[in-house]
Amino acid sequence: MQNGLNDNEIIAEILRGNQQAYAELVKRYQNFVFTICLRYTPIREDAEEISQDIFVKAYRNLADFRGESKFSTWLYTIVNTSCISFLRKKRLDTHSLDDERVFAVADNIDGGMRANQVEQKSRHAMVNEAIKLLGPDDAKVITLFYKAEQSLEEIGRIMGMEPNTVKVKLHRARTRLKEKMEKHFTQEVRDLV
Amino acid sequence: MNSHPNIEERIWDYIDGLSSAEEKGFVEQLIATQEEWRSKYHELLDVHQLMGSSIELDAPSMRFGQNVMEEIARHQIAPATKTYINKKIIYGFAAFFITMIVGLFIYGLSQAPWTVSGNSNILSDFSLEKIQWNKFFNNTYMNIFIMVNVILGLMLLDSYLTRKKQEMHKVG
Repeated sequence: MQNGLNDNEIIAEILRGNQQAYAELVKRYQNFVFTICLRYTPIREDAEEISQDIFVKAYRNLADFRGESKFSTWLYTIVNTSCISFLRKKRLDTHSLDDERVFAVADNIDGGMRANQVEQKSRHAMVNEAIKLLGPDDAKVITLFYKAEQSLEEIGRIMGMEPNTVKVKLHRARTRLKEKMEKHFTQEVRDLV
Repeated sequence: MNSHPNIEERIWDYIDGLSSAEEKGFVEQLIATQEEWRSKYHELLDVHQLMGSSIELDAPSMRFGQNVMEEIARHQIAPATKTYINKKIIYGFAAFFITMIVGLFIYGLSQAPWTVSGNSNILSDFSLEKIQWNKFFNNTYMNIFIMVNVILGLMLLDSYLTRKKQEMHKVG
């Protein structure tokens, strides 16, 4: 029913009391939200639980969405804070962009891969595998920029940073991704270049 | 590994469309004329295009949407923050305290013995025990200040209790 409506129109509909209209927003953004959550935790059940909490939180606070930004940007801000809170609660080790241990952890994860499996991977799979080897911050910035179609300003709003800082983070994340691909998928990169 | 961070950064800006018109023209010229820039540009462009087309989104379980809808059925949309936070009240409090602080500051300055010579040691004569607190708390202004604060506190308590009462009526 809401397929032809944009996000703001659907939100207006929900605020008028049509709770079922929210299903369309969930359908539109569930994969984005779930993917970003997976960047923080490799456990799918946890990611799904956080995603569900995020959508409930977004629903409860929908009256606070003033339409000054895209709904997706507002939603990803909730994703960002919820994922960070989740990590704090779980006391998981969060890796900052500048933390070199990220690479050591990533290398250990990758250590289990068999060479012949790697060779068989398609270029698409290679990129997705390489993203999994990045730290959560790197993976999140790349996902928001390339997949969630968020500008540097919007990512800055989501992550509470200046656009210039986001630009630097994006540059570093891409450099690291390229390094990961070169290091772990050498053959594919040769085919690629 | 990354021997040309500046080149990479400038090329990434160019690819992302973040370069100024002048910078864009300059980078285009360098790509056209210098082999190092050209190869780096093609390398980064490949990575950029690959990321643009290859990053896959994971999907949650089939029941996810249903679970969310069942969960939100138990919740209500909270009223917008701006409806229950009256900015005028906040500004009122801010103005009141700023006025008080500025007033006390001016009062303090006016009471300072400006005529005392620089070599006198005022601090050595200062003692908390010597302060006559009764003198201050008998002051009319201080009494007014305390009364205003008490009234504001009672108003705040009243509005809080009224809101609680209304909420209880709604639930009931």
